[in-house]
Amino acid sequence: MAEIMYWEAIRRAHDEEMARDPMVICMGEDIGVAGGTYKATQGLYDKYGPERVIDTPISENGYTGLGIGASFLGVRPIIEIMSVNFAWLATDQFFNSAAKVRYMSGGQLTAPVVVRSAGGTAHQLGAQHSARMEKVFMGIAGLRVVTPSNPRQAYGLLKSAVRCNDPVYINEHELMYNMKGEVPDEEYFHPLEGSEVAREGRDVTLFGYNVSVHWCLQAAETLSRQFGIEAEVVDLFALSPLDRAGITASVRKTHRAVIVEEAEAPVGVGAEVMAIINEECFFELDAAPRRVSAVNVPIPYNHKLEKAAIPNAGDVVTAVRKMLGK
Amino acid sequence: MNVADKKRLLREMLFARRFEERCYEAYVERKIGGFLHLYSGEEACAHGVLEAARPGHDYVITGYRDHIHAIKCGADPKKVMAELYGKETGSSKGRGGSMHIFDVEHRFMGGYALVGGPFPLAAGMAKAIKMKGGDEIAICFLGDAANNQGTFHESLNMAKVWNLPVLYVCENNLYGIGTRIDRSTAVIDQYKRVSGYDIPSAQTDGQDIEAVYKAARKAVDHVRGGKGPYFLELMTYRYRGHSMSDSNAYRSRDEEREWSGRDPIIILRDRLIEAGEITKQDYKALDTEVLDEIEDEVIAFAEASPEPRVDELEKYTFAENDPWVYGGGR
Repeated sequence: MAEIMYWEAIRRAHDEEMARDPMVICMGEDIGVAGGTYKATQGLYDKYGPERVIDTPISENGYTGLGIGASFLGVRPIIEIMSVNFAWLATDQFFNSAAKVRYMSGGQLTAPVVVRSAGGTAHQLGAQHSARMEKVFMGIAGLRVVTPSNPRQAYGLLKSAVRCNDPVYINEHELMYNMKGEVPDEEYFHPLEGSEVAREGRDVTLFGYNVSVHWCLQAAETLSRQFGIEAEVVDLFALSPLDRAGITASVRKTHRAVIVEEAEAPVGVGAEVMAIINEECFFELDAAPRRVSAVNVPIPYNHKLEKAAIPNAGDVVTAVRKMLGK
Repeated sequence: MNVADKKRLLREMLFARRFEERCYEAYVERKIGGFLHLYSGEEACAHGVLEAARPGHDYVITGYRDHIHAIKCGADPKKVMAELYGKETGSSKGRGGSMHIFDVEHRFMGGYALVGGPFPLAAGMAKAIKMKGGDEIAICFLGDAANNQGTFHESLNMAKVWNLPVLYVCENNLYGIGTRIDRSTAVIDQYKRVSGYDIPSAQTDGQDIEAVYKAARKAVDHVRGGKGPYFLELMTYRYRGHSMSDSNAYRSRDEEREWSGRDPIIILRDRLIEAGEITKQDYKALDTEVLDEIEDEVIAFAEASPEPRVDELEKYTFAENDPWVYGGGR
């Protein structure tokens, strides 16, 4: 098993799927000749040519719709939207066409497209380049939403998403492309539904996804070392549909839950996970669940303000200590 | 287009008119719900263009005024009406409704309700055709007002840059919902707007099916010949309001009278009568035959069909039992 970077894992999944199936294409801004802003398609233009590795104009809704239309006829487009902030422009085609076409055609047509995008807050990119939009995508019926927290998931989720017959949104992260991690040498398909226990524990469950899984793991180490609290960390790599069974099983074990999200709290992942806990295992709880989430502001430019807006591992530790009175 | 073709097209257009009028009645009777956008007055557009293309072979997509395009592509009118009735036997199994008629078997790739939504979808289908190396083309029918959406410009640009086999047909009925074109649109002649993308275009009378056919022949040959996208503007008029909820107060009765004097069915009928190919009695008999068919077969089918089962409400949201959802195994 080799250790590779997140971007390399995504690039490998593209390459393998494109080599296997001539109907797999990729498209997006600067992904071809320029090799991709995050290198996720590096070298593919030379290997597969301009008909399959398509540098698009800066027309997010247009090229997303074009990919969806191509998918009606059996093409399998992987659409890169450079930053999730720009994906707002493509939501018309993604939500109105891709998500609904199977249903409103009575199962006659499907839109097996993959839309990948870099989400999250990076370093001082300002309000219009720091959006966390996963909560918007996960509210749309007919879409699958996944979000890899490491290179293995980044590789395996893209592999499965390309072959899946539903439209899939993959929420990546600007700050994670250079993260290293082990990826199986052989082909690997990560499930598009479910969750993973990233760390076993007994006292409290920390639910995270994408970058916040790492805050949870860091916090769990601190909690164990300094406070004798053993936290379980559950990685919600699938945001839609959410893993009701996995969420419930962990809470039944630990009886406490903290949901950690990089996004603002309203109408978010935390709210959904709490709702599931309430519906499935309310009487198993020993404490009211808590959310650790971003402050509800447009992300500021100033580095101190930006840091204050986004949660971190320390905030998770504080939340757990409050919950346990330690 | 020979005499037999013209006679067949007269029947098809008359069927389309009577079909839409019957929809109107069924809507008033509350058999059809939701929104209903009728094509009456515009029949020569879909029929003329698709007559010049290969319905069932070429991929066709349109907006929400979609019943007649679907039928001309080969959709069974019974299933279209059943869809409007919300029945399980409908073309979209009662899940789509008037604005979302689909018949993928006949390559009618759907009606879409976001104005301008089909522009990039059509370009995408053309991209797929090009990748697969087939001789099909993609044809996108939309109204003039859709050209004020960003998708119009984005799609024309991409279609030209990538030389895609797509024909954009603009059914210019002069109104975007209830706003007249000159009050909303800087350039009235829509065919001129595509010159900004270096795409060839033409404007023609959309009420004369022979003129439509002739212009469409040229357009289809251009696209099928690998020369890239083409834009065809057809000047037409809808007799009814934008949808059934429309009071039609924004148009003058003089304007409506003027256009009803240029009815596409009457133009073709009178031409055939003048040429001695049919008589007035033949036309009356044809009309009766069409009305009977709609009542006895189309409406009867829709009325007798069952509604979808509520326990199948969630069906068609996602692919069923897709192994890749579970990591390829299971």
